[in-house]
Amino acid sequence: MDLLEYQGKQLFAKHGISVPSGEVAADVEEAVAAAERIGYPCAIKAQVLIGGRGKAGGIKIAANAEEARAHAEAIIGMDIVGPHGEGPFKVHRVWVEGGSDIAAEYYASVILDRSEKKLLAMVSSQGGMDIEAVAAESPEALIKRHIDPTVPFDAAAARPIIDAAGLDEDVRDQAAEVLAQLAEVASSEDATLIEVNPLIVTAGREVVALDAKVTIDGNAVFRHQDLADEEFVADEDPQEAMAREKGLTYVKLDGNVGILANGAGLCMSTLDVVAQAGGAPANFLDAGGGSKAEAIVDALTVIVSDQKVSAILFNIFGGITRCDEIAKGIVTASQQLDLQVPLVVRLDGTNSEQGLQILAEANLPNMHQETTMLDAARRVVELAG
Amino acid sequence: MSIIVGESTKLVVSGLTGREGSFHGLRNRDYGTDLVAGVTPGKGGQDVDEVPVFDTIKESVEEAGANTSMIFVPARFAAPAIDEAIESGVETVIAITEGIPVLDMLGLYWKAKAAGVRLLGPNCPGALSPGKANVGIIPAQFFDPGPIGVVSKSGTLTYQIGNELKQAGTGNSSIVGIGGDPIIGSDFIDILKLYEADPETQLIVMVGEIGGDAEERAAEYIAAEVSKPVVAYIAGFTAPPGKQMGHAGAIISGSSGTAQAKKEALEAKGVRVGESPTETAAIAVETLRGS
Repeated sequence: MDLLEYQGKQLFAKHGISVPSGEVAADVEEAVAAAERIGYPCAIKAQVLIGGRGKAGGIKIAANAEEARAHAEAIIGMDIVGPHGEGPFKVHRVWVEGGSDIAAEYYASVILDRSEKKLLAMVSSQGGMDIEAVAAESPEALIKRHIDPTVPFDAAAARPIIDAAGLDEDVRDQAAEVLAQLAEVASSEDATLIEVNPLIVTAGREVVALDAKVTIDGNAVFRHQDLADEEFVADEDPQEAMAREKGLTYVKLDGNVGILANGAGLCMSTLDVVAQAGGAPANFLDAGGGSKAEAIVDALTVIVSDQKVSAILFNIFGGITRCDEIAKGIVTASQQLDLQVPLVVRLDGTNSEQGLQILAEANLPNMHQETTMLDAARRVVELAG
Repeated sequence: MSIIVGESTKLVVSGLTGREGSFHGLRNRDYGTDLVAGVTPGKGGQDVDEVPVFDTIKESVEEAGANTSMIFVPARFAAPAIDEAIESGVETVIAITEGIPVLDMLGLYWKAKAAGVRLLGPNCPGALSPGKANVGIIPAQFFDPGPIGVVSKSGTLTYQIGNELKQAGTGNSSIVGIGGDPIIGSDFIDILKLYEADPETQLIVMVGEIGGDAEERAAEYIAAEVSKPVVAYIAGFTAPPGKQMGHAGAIISGSSGTAQAKKEALEAKGVRVGESPTETAAIAVETLRGS
């Protein structure tokens, strides 16, 4: 779960990291009132989960109330497209923030390194720009150190990283403290990624987090319900939103072949086999273990709500999942949903004979059975056109 | 022989009194696994179909001789249960539960390592040694005893490949599901090492998927340390970057973790990679019979 900038900054503040003063606003009046309280100049910043806001016109500086109003009117409700064509992301909220006098811009992050099974701290004296470009052009300017999980990571432990990054001498103690606090945010808030770019030094020589990019582990959301309540789902794809409500694991893709399989690995493999057969998958949908009839109805409802879908492939290998249950679900769903598109079904594994029997007896229009995954993929691609 | 589970396995199931725990625990017993105990705090002294239930895993080790713990408790209680298992004195901990916070697993990974306890999972189907023992949710009917060791991040994909091997008239020394989470107790390399040392295993099938670099690391390890033939399959060639494909760990981050990169890394080290589960099983059978 990705957090918006203001949520990340609130989290930082909670753990003692300095952030500019600011307020979140959902409409123009709120934004102007916030600007009046904060004072001028202040920044009006679009709150969207994508980089490149500044270039897209989503960050503007206001010198007075009139400008604050004009900027808020322009930004709230605008669509922001990411640097690689992501989105568009509609702006629902702005963060109104007091201006900062910037003396230096650094970079700091703490991310989960799954390969090493440790947190990785990264610091650079070259902040405020694309850190991947810094890493590519002058890798020595980006200091990366793993955090030993068996000992506490305090400011003293963080200090060698700050020293290696060559930050200004007079702010190294502060920066080491901030890095230790970022690691503390990661551990106590279940963040798998925390990036501050830029981490600035103000004219008054204070180290302040001017931006915040935070990802919270989806598996840990249950113990951070306050953050989940604020989660922004408005930009979500309509099918993905529907699937989420129904508790299904669904990912929207670009093609026209609807896919339903059981198990994440088998489902990914099904997409690959369909692509190899010359088709384009419309989605990933893992029906999960032990799928029951209602789950099949829900899954098909989501798949056919995507207008691009012109044929559907069911690829089931029953382990714990029983094929007769799946077959019953398919029959029920076809009756309830009035399916207009052809359905190719491949059932194998536990109780597959009973499942095939149920399907044969139901004699559904538009239903095609195949016995192998490859034949089923070829057939569905042919039918999808 | 076989790996992870076998004739000497004495199993204790955390969560045996729950619906899923009792269903799978008793199913494992029916297969022939020596299920010696269940654990549910506060329910010590009860029994589940004549299997004694203890309050703690440690008691089950001391009183029932348990040496392998299976964790089948809901996600938010699973990390403390794994922690308890690591401290209990069992040799092996198999965590089936999906949805455990990843930073909890980070701490538990290092704790298990320091304690010398083998941790498998979480978010895995467990381990099966056909004809000997089954710990977890792998449907044993698709696997016969034989010379092929399987190690996989995915459950159903493994059943698919196992079933094709069985239909081709061969079988498995063991089937090990390592799990689909970003941080898991045992990686491909840990299991490859066990298969290399297992006299019953003549060939290894490795089933990977997008995300992380465990397959790339395994490729290096195979080239350096594994003398037995390895056949691989990778799922997720069509997965878009930045999207989690079912498993918490199945995500392409930027340009790293792609199926193509994994396939190339394995092929560069001489590992044959099947285009589909069917082709992978066919290559395994062909390699086995040709060698």
